[in-house]
Amino acid sequence: MVDLEIKIGGFTMKNPVSTASGTFGFGEEFIDFMDLNRLGGIFVKGLTLKNREGNPYPRMAETPSGMLNAVGLQNKGIDYFIKHTYPKIKHFDTQIIPNVNGATVEDYIAVTEKINEMDGIETIELNISCPNVKEGGMAFGVSCPSAVAVTEAVRKAYDKTLIVKLSPNVTDITEIAKGVEGAGADAVSLVNTFLGMAIDAKTRKPILSTVTGGLSGPAIKPIALRMVWQVYQAVNIPVIGMGGIMDATDAIEFMLAGSSAIQIGTANFMDPQVSIKVIDGIEAYCKENGFSAAKDLVGAMITD
Amino acid sequence: MKKIQDFKLKTYQWLNDENYIFTLQSEEDIEAVEAGMFAEIEVPNASDVFLRRPISVLDVDYDNKSLSFYIKAIGKGTRKLGTLQEGDPISLIYPLGNTFTIGNIRSALIVGGGSGIAPFVMLGRELKEKGIKTTFLLGARSKEDIFLTDEFAKYGEVCVTTEDGSLGEKGLVTQHSLFSDGSQFDKIYTCGPDPMMKAVARIAKERSIACEASLENMMACGFGACLCCVTPTSDGRNLCVCTEGPVFNTQELAWSI
Repeated sequence: MVDLEIKIGGFTMKNPVSTASGTFGFGEEFIDFMDLNRLGGIFVKGLTLKNREGNPYPRMAETPSGMLNAVGLQNKGIDYFIKHTYPKIKHFDTQIIPNVNGATVEDYIAVTEKINEMDGIETIELNISCPNVKEGGMAFGVSCPSAVAVTEAVRKAYDKTLIVKLSPNVTDITEIAKGVEGAGADAVSLVNTFLGMAIDAKTRKPILSTVTGGLSGPAIKPIALRMVWQVYQAVNIPVIGMGGIMDATDAIEFMLAGSSAIQIGTANFMDPQVSIKVIDGIEAYCKENGFSAAKDLVGAMITD
Repeated sequence: MKKIQDFKLKTYQWLNDENYIFTLQSEEDIEAVEAGMFAEIEVPNASDVFLRRPISVLDVDYDNKSLSFYIKAIGKGTRKLGTLQEGDPISLIYPLGNTFTIGNIRSALIVGGGSGIAPFVMLGRELKEKGIKTTFLLGARSKEDIFLTDEFAKYGEVCVTTEDGSLGEKGLVTQHSLFSDGSQFDKIYTCGPDPMMKAVARIAKERSIACEASLENMMACGFGACLCCVTPTSDGRNLCVCTEGPVFNTQELAWSI
């Protein structure tokens, strides 16, 4: 028997595998395909204070080994989530983790305060790294003082586990990670998407309505893995790794690089059962390689 | 229920050098598929194709556990799907999307352009079974681009327009004489290029005829998770084409027609 349980700050996941915000809806979209109860956690679609319709179509471009998206945080707002969505998913035996967004620090605080009152939610992911919104989003996550300021403000408004989702679109991600750790984050998750763009040479027009968008998929995996490893060495709080994980081997690599848990994102689009395969694959790897607990994989890369 | 199911390539029927019908067969039973629904088709052995491709179901054969699709090979995904060998495995996520609605009508006009004709074999059959008088109007650049007329003829009258006049009436579908000869329709169904569907929807609106259009927006997932394929509504919402569509009442869409 392999012990798959993982602790992140004050909260526990039954295994290290969760699904990334923006790639898994609110879980309901996957009920036909898989048993949500098997997941360590579901980072649900990004929430804002008010309803957002997101950016105009086209919002997606396929790229080599990946895709660009410019959805722009389309969601019905935190009140709708609390009243209508959460009651439909709270009975699942998995961690439901809201992803909190805002155009201003006050927005982030207002959304967080509402979640703080909810039963059954033990942690939030503070998203300071969305590249697809005009105000807020990544603007908070690409400078250390603003990342620290928003983390400190949300920390005061939230009693439970606070995960901060970092942007890779920075010169030194360890500086931001250390900054938010100092500001009271219990964990960091990384990476959000890389800012990219695509042009249609035939029409000479950008493919995305917003010109730029966020790149995800295996195209970013080696860079994400490097950033996880750097951040793991730089901070003393748990790291949740993501970026182009397509299978169990990818997930194990992220754990060896220092991820206490991992998130599966874009792969959910092509294989909505991939997260289950990754859970089973991590367990099998542990058995084959003599690890009695999945947590022993964390940072177990051999460098000498 | 939506599912991921393994199929194998059974046959290709090439209509010309860039249009084909392929039939996929499974060992498992086929889920119930209705007119308008689509599948997200894996593109096997294609390192340069990352996402599945959303393709309308052309027809379903429950007895033989097979699904067929009409595909126009215009991009790297649809071209690659035309290079499989018989027996090659291929994974589908299906059935996805909503269906056309029929309701209490006596006559229907179906307007298809390009690969937008795919959902109309199943719709035409359903309309005929319900005793609804159906007219098909197919539009293309030239007669080489008009397909499946024999199939549609089983379910109703087939009219054609070509831009070069090589088959049927010369011009665009909206210039066809059935729009000016007093023909009456209780409902119009359309699928094809956006400008064609908008022009058809405009005529429907002017004449107070109910109109449904099947949209072909780019998708990543096909089942409502990524929110990439949205279309705006007349009241300012963005709806997922994959789950709220692909079939929409054209009056609901922000088409400024």
